[in-house]
Amino acid sequence: MQFKILATSALVATMIAGCASQEKPDDMAAQKAPEPAPAKAAPAKPKLQMGATDSMLANTCAGCHGTNGNSHGPSAPTIAGLEADYLLETMQAYKSGNRSGTIMGRIVKGYTDGELEQIANFYSKQSFQGWTQAAVGPKAKQGQMLHEDFCEKCHEDGGTSIEDVPLAGQWMPYVEWTTADYLNGMNHPEKDMKKAMDKLAKAHPELSNATVAHSLSHFYGSRSADGYKRVPGRLK
Amino acid sequence: MKITRRGFIQAAGAATAAGMIGTPYLAMAGSKKVVVVGGGTGGATAAKYIKMSDPSIDVTIVEANKHYYTCYMSNEVLSGSRSIDSIRFAYTGLAAHGINVINDTVTSIDADKRVVKTAGGQALSYDRCVVAPGIDFKFDGIDGYDAKVANHIPHAWKAGEQTMTLRNQLKAMKDGGTVCICPPPNPFRCPPGPYERASQIAMYLKAKKPKSKIIILDPKPKFSKMGLFTQGWERLYGYKTDNSMIEWQGTPKGSDDNVLQSIDAASKTATTGFSEVKADVLNVIPAQTAGKIAFAAGLVNDKGWCPVDLKTFESTIHPGIHVIGDASVATGMPKSGYAANSQAKVTAAAVISMLNGQEVGTPSYVNTCYSIVGHEYGISVAAVYRLNESGSKITSVSGGLTPGDANDETLKREASYAHSWFTNITNDIFG
Repeated sequence: MQFKILATSALVATMIAGCASQEKPDDMAAQKAPEPAPAKAAPAKPKLQMGATDSMLANTCAGCHGTNGNSHGPSAPTIAGLEADYLLETMQAYKSGNRSGTIMGRIVKGYTDGELEQIANFYSKQSFQGWTQAAVGPKAKQGQMLHEDFCEKCHEDGGTSIEDVPLAGQWMPYVEWTTADYLNGMNHPEKDMKKAMDKLAKAHPELSNATVAHSLSHFYGSRSADGYKRVPGRLK
Repeated sequence: MKITRRGFIQAAGAATAAGMIGTPYLAMAGSKKVVVVGGGTGGATAAKYIKMSDPSIDVTIVEANKHYYTCYMSNEVLSGSRSIDSIRFAYTGLAAHGINVINDTVTSIDADKRVVKTAGGQALSYDRCVVAPGIDFKFDGIDGYDAKVANHIPHAWKAGEQTMTLRNQLKAMKDGGTVCICPPPNPFRCPPGPYERASQIAMYLKAKKPKSKIIILDPKPKFSKMGLFTQGWERLYGYKTDNSMIEWQGTPKGSDDNVLQSIDAASKTATTGFSEVKADVLNVIPAQTAGKIAFAAGLVNDKGWCPVDLKTFESTIHPGIHVIGDASVATGMPKSGYAANSQAKVTAAAVISMLNGQEVGTPSYVNTCYSIVGHEYGISVAAVYRLNESGSKITSVSGGLTPGDANDETLKREASYAHSWFTNITNDIFG
């Protein structure tokens, strides 16, 4: 049965907290200074209709990430065809604050973990369409060197590997910003990635984090993503 | 008393209602015709998502214009940051999905006979009709102002020719000139829009005509993203200094200080209860209602907007007709492009279920509104919504604004994501 009423749960408490910061343009004229709440008053729990289908939940993302998750750029990432596990972990990291972002942290808190799994499953079943972009040769070359020395072990085949997150063909600004956030400690990488990044920093003290992120994004942006094919819907 | 569908559902009880909703439509099995009236953001999205999700449904969209100009990002046309062509979209994408595109004006909708009639003489029968009327303007509340005056005192709140009229006036204005923007009273399309407009015009003037000034005569005491806009204006346009390029004159609650009373088109003078501004470029954005077809089809309430069942966007006045976008009373959601796009998807899913005699599923809605305050300076507000248990309100469960302490890098990324949003949502609608 798809129609459920969520009456009480920890999620609702989170949702109420989220509402507090939400602006309501139409109500603004009526806004008054909040009266001090009695210390022990329990917040009213809105009863909400839950149980939306995968596509109902996922299609709301298309306004920013493109129909079926294929972004037309210039920077919002394509999420079509990525591993469900990766998508889920990424959204959970936005939720917990382990990953920095502009708007995702605000949005992702509106979904239960189960719904995030639904969304991840939906997008993992779509096919990734990469974009070969206007990368600058020398930067791409430096990026390639860094990739081969420090990233290739996991992001195989020049970032086109079917087993991992496709970097080739992903929008360059997103790749650059996300990489920079990892290097600057704004995103919290898993163990192996942390190791690889530490190794890179030690080997190349002359390169700033910004330069590393920039070069790598140009390498991946210069790659044709045509080789990227994966079996839809793989979920470990 | 007329029993509305919502009343019927409540009377029937929530537990069994869902199953009962489907029943009347089972009679229609075999005939699955949808006519979409209006090819703006809501209408085009609904047509596309119905056809994409269930190709067995015969989908026709009727739109008066051959192209649609998005209101969103039209402020960047005013500043010269983008071309008018970049906000123009054709209906070839929808046609390629197998949607029947008719270039005609809908004159009436007969809810009993389920027929849409056009100025061109067509009578289109439907099993479900989706109407996306957009907005219309109340030209009669301001002395000296009407639809004809609006040809040269542009509102530019429906994009296209109006946008270019305003752009050309800004280009022709001398350095040291005054631009006066008169935003509408609530509720209106795109709540942050007038203030993004002031920002974009300021960006243009700062670069090209730095002695000029923008005065906003606002009938409201506050506005959308106010803290973030004024912070941006302080950083970029000298707001709150003697040299500020932007001057915002609000109206305290209960007062009529800056409620626009009259304009003199010849001298471009705007008169409110409090002040009189002689402008070189005058931009009057009038109060709004649902678009004309909503009135012709009898879909509006006494305030001029269309009440709907929030789960299906079916009109509570005329069953069988769904109303989406700016014209609908989507209690809890703003009148924005993203909201219209999201409502269209909820509606598409509901229409498909109804036509196939299935239970209508649980809706999920999102809104995201970006505003570009200056070069590499973007801000946003977002919300995820659920329908409450009684179906009376689309309730925000998460979201919020760009943090006030966001650094330059974040603002830069928001500006880029704003442009990505535009590319992606327009592809999602028309592609």
